[in-house]
Amino acid sequence: MSPEVTKSTQKKIKEIIARYPKKQAAILPVIHLIQREKGFISDEEEKLVAELLGIKPVKVREVVTFYSMLSQKPLGKYHIQVCSNLTCSIMGAERLIDYLSKKLGIKPGETSDDGKFTLTTVECLGACEQAPNMMVNTDYYGHLDKEKIDKILKELDE
Amino acid sequence: MNKVLEKVLTKDFDVEHLYKIGVYMKKGGYKTLTKVLKKLKPEDVLKEVKAAHLRGRGGAGFPAGVKWGFVPKDVDKPKYLCVNADEGEPGTFKDRYIMSHNPHMLLEGIVITCFCVGIHTAFIYIRGEYENIAQRLELAISEAEDKGFIGKNILKTGFDLNVFVHRGAGAYICGEETALLESLEGKRGNPRLKPPFPAAIGLFQSPTVINNVETLSNIPHIMEKGAEWFVKQGLAEDGGTRIFGVSGKVKKPGIYELPVGTSLKELIYTHAGGMKSGKKLKAVIPGGMSSPILKPDEIDIPMDCESLAKADSMLGSGAVIVLDEDVSIIDVLRKITQFYSHESCGQCTPCRIGNSWINKIVTRIYKGKGKKDDLDNIEKLASNMLGRTLCPLGDAAAMPILAVVKKFRKELKAEIKG
Repeated sequence: MSPEVTKSTQKKIKEIIARYPKKQAAILPVIHLIQREKGFISDEEEKLVAELLGIKPVKVREVVTFYSMLSQKPLGKYHIQVCSNLTCSIMGAERLIDYLSKKLGIKPGETSDDGKFTLTTVECLGACEQAPNMMVNTDYYGHLDKEKIDKILKELDE
Repeated sequence: MNKVLEKVLTKDFDVEHLYKIGVYMKKGGYKTLTKVLKKLKPEDVLKEVKAAHLRGRGGAGFPAGVKWGFVPKDVDKPKYLCVNADEGEPGTFKDRYIMSHNPHMLLEGIVITCFCVGIHTAFIYIRGEYENIAQRLELAISEAEDKGFIGKNILKTGFDLNVFVHRGAGAYICGEETALLESLEGKRGNPRLKPPFPAAIGLFQSPTVINNVETLSNIPHIMEKGAEWFVKQGLAEDGGTRIFGVSGKVKKPGIYELPVGTSLKELIYTHAGGMKSGKKLKAVIPGGMSSPILKPDEIDIPMDCESLAKADSMLGSGAVIVLDEDVSIIDVLRKITQFYSHESCGQCTPCRIGNSWINKIVTRIYKGKGKKDDLDNIEKLASNMLGRTLCPLGDAAAMPILAVVKKFRKELKAEIKG
């Protein structure tokens, strides 16, 4: 994978860096942009971020490994993140995680062979009133049950 | 307590497209900002907010006006406002509602706060998962810039303020204020040793105010209607309303804006519709996962910082998680310890080792392989975290764990067969 980013991302990165008195502060927004474009942050992307911000690659590695939303390996086209925290669990999340796992043929933390789905369990998503919850990429889905999951997966398949 | 229920923060949430500046202005939005900037001095604002007894809505409950007062006046460094929109405390979802329904109310609060403290740059640190809301905030900021409420020479008063949205990337600890600062500076979210406190040395080594979304959203209302009115909405030392978030086994989970001091029992049974499917109440977590659990005979309690503290619990973020008789307590403990062992930043040994060790013991009990001394060991490990870590995460984990073990010892003991 080439570490080059598109012109529009380059422009955005420049704008973002200008917001902060120190370049390093732009690291999370810059990584978010690059991860969106490349799918994950490999060694190559780490070097690119380090270069853009004038810091050592190890500083980028420290950040990438700290935050749960940043990934060092490729994620599926659809990243399904199911909340396994307290409210979601008492409202049935663990059964749904098993259900999703069986249906997709992958365990939490894995990506399907066709690269379509990654399944992850996550801590509280901040939507407990509609528990149980999951996210598919940037969208929230609440009040989940097996039927609703079937419907969501079917829509993603189309 | 017979108070007229007056919604303040959530009053217009049903208005269609309230998040657009035109609709917000039609509802009277930004009028208070105009009044403050054109007619008042920063010290007038500080006086009013102090008199309002507005306590922080994020968790710690520190009075906002007092916090602002700690910022040194004559420094040649820039000062910063960091808006804590990290909302990671399990059970909490109120700030999501504020930001998605009424982002301009928050922005108006931000501008007034910055005017008061003499700040020209504000960062809204929002949890990474709220990406769609971050976009809504950015749109709201650009609308406010177009109307001259944010940016250079605001309302031609000579006051400048830039507001930026900064997304986190999935780390509960970044809701702790010094971890938030580290994260914003582009580092791992490891909390700092205090003192110095952020008001003196904060973001980029400069004086910094850090306030929660709901806290700042109250500011326009305090400046519109006055501190006296605000105190009357709540209690003398803890003014205003709170947006309580109720989740779990109730009929109507959701947000409920009620006077500070409303009874927890009333919140659950009157507002949230009572128990789901007619089940019996088993326990309530009253202020987010960090707050020690309450048994059914403890819920006749006013929801304010002092009352909950007296009951050895915490109002925290006002996030109420309701558990019914079907919920097993070992499952609750497992979820609590799973969370803290995952979210400990790893900097302080008692928290890093303690939480993962407790989680291992609890998981063992859950799997039916508990040992005789397990409960004593959990208590020992948790007590060893109390007060022995740089940031409040150690306490935030130890307190609810100790409370669950103390109050439900019999049930937990029954889980240990060996």
